[in-house]
Amino acid sequence: MENTSSSTVRVIRCILCPSGCPIQANLDSKGNVTFEGYTCKRGLEYAEQEYYEPKRILTTTMRVENGFLPLIPVRTDMPIPKDKLKDVLKEIVKIKVQPPIKMGDILIENVLGLDANIIASRDLNKI
Amino acid sequence: MKTFEADVVIIGGGSAGMAAAIEVKNAGLDALIIERDYELGGILLQCIHVGFGLHEFGEELTGPQYAQKFINQVNELEIPYLLDTMVIEFTPDKTVYAVNNKEGLIKVESKAIILAMGCRERTRGAINIPGFRPAGIFTAGQAQRFVNMEGYLPGKSLVILGSGDIGMIMARRLTWEGCEVKAVIEINPYVSGLIRNQVQCLEDFNIPLILGYTVTKIHGKEKIRGVTISKVDTNFDRIVGSDRFIECDALLLSVGLIPENELTLKAGAKLSSNNGPIVDNNLESTIEGVFACGNVLQVHDLVDMVTAEAKRAGEFAIEYINQRYGKEIKREKQIKCVPGENVGYIKPDLVNVLDLSKEIMFTLRVKYPDRRIQIQFRDKENNQLVYKRNKVYVIPSEMVEIKLNLKENQIDPGCQHLIIDVVPRPEVLIEEE
Repeated sequence: MENTSSSTVRVIRCILCPSGCPIQANLDSKGNVTFEGYTCKRGLEYAEQEYYEPKRILTTTMRVENGFLPLIPVRTDMPIPKDKLKDVLKEIVKIKVQPPIKMGDILIENVLGLDANIIASRDLNKI
Repeated sequence: MKTFEADVVIIGGGSAGMAAAIEVKNAGLDALIIERDYELGGILLQCIHVGFGLHEFGEELTGPQYAQKFINQVNELEIPYLLDTMVIEFTPDKTVYAVNNKEGLIKVESKAIILAMGCRERTRGAINIPGFRPAGIFTAGQAQRFVNMEGYLPGKSLVILGSGDIGMIMARRLTWEGCEVKAVIEINPYVSGLIRNQVQCLEDFNIPLILGYTVTKIHGKEKIRGVTISKVDTNFDRIVGSDRFIECDALLLSVGLIPENELTLKAGAKLSSNNGPIVDNNLESTIEGVFACGNVLQVHDLVDMVTAEAKRAGEFAIEYINQRYGKEIKREKQIKCVPGENVGYIKPDLVNVLDLSKEIMFTLRVKYPDRRIQIQFRDKENNQLVYKRNKVYVIPSEMVEIKLNLKENQIDPGCQHLIIDVVPRPEVLIEEE
């Protein structure tokens, strides 16, 4: 009997709409990955992205010296690889910024060489 | 007593209040925003995650970014606002009383009022968890403000009760801040927030999500040291023998939001079953010239929807001042919208018969999730179906919006009540959405 069996290596739950389709990533005997269970084209694209290179926008806070608030909310200006989130958080913790700060100001440029900048999410004045 | 004057007073300087004020100002009328916090922006300022603005700005913004864009507009338009100022009362003749540290008691005379006070969180008292009252119990939004704006952590090892979006987002946030989130407990057999948050806030970090359980006891006298969780049956009653102890030093509650309407009630306006003011299709409350928008009217899923609603409230207030203010116009006949099967509430509560030829935005929330359903508007008087629409799924966490012209749908002139049902779809129909 010919071996055509494939095994599900991961189930990716689609987040694009509340249907939340469970999309299976299957690995066949030749090592090819196929996706199953998506119900729209965007779902397939999402599953592929999530399987091969999952990315997230990181949002956190950064410490502020002599600010109106002790923290300023910051974000990456583009999605970064999911497995780099922790490393970027560690970079952000090292820094204390000085107000005045304007929304969009770059607080860390090209963080860890990921091409993404850490930018301010709001204006923040001195105390 | 210091006295101010404005065409429209907007109570609340969050997303709803700012959008309404901008609309009023752009029409050439004077707006005044009264905000109790020390800056404009409202709850958006503590929602530092992304997911805001896709509809309004076509890009994915954080809460503070979304707020900042509106704050900048308010400043550019030179719309006056009072900060650190708490409205304590407004009256049906549109006089607003407020207090602050600088001016003491303030009186504002206006022609119309827009209510934009937002909502507040349900607390432990609302869900009656037995146990002492130790330190370490927070609502999720309260913890969010501490963590994201003030620089405090609520604890190091936490349990979150309720799988609402704020609860799940806080689970991720606290994990990133080095805390351990032991579990998210949800009484329903399904998650109450968005799937996106379940995946990106819980599953990404392997945070256990325990469905069909609730917290039945809080342990610790001075400081919380753990909780007992128990499985519940379909009536949400504890199943004996299913108890589990989880050690923790903080408990966050993400168990729902309530529109904050003490001022509205005090002024004599009536509220509906969702705790928001009863409004007609002009978002006008039962007090003439008093309008409501944003989470004070109904808790929204997206700030973009709050903005859209607030702009409409602004337009209706402008229309009121231009056409009806100071004139003796009798309130016309109104049709009551009544929530029927699987409908928690519907807005507006009332439709003016004179406005039947206008497009009206209806919003509703279902009580439980369902698939392959039909939303039906039925004339109670003659039992005729006025309007129907198919949907693939409905869930309580997703508000349903329906734009509808009732006249085009041939509503009977004798209709006094519209019953809105969400029911299983009759088989033969063609799928729309």
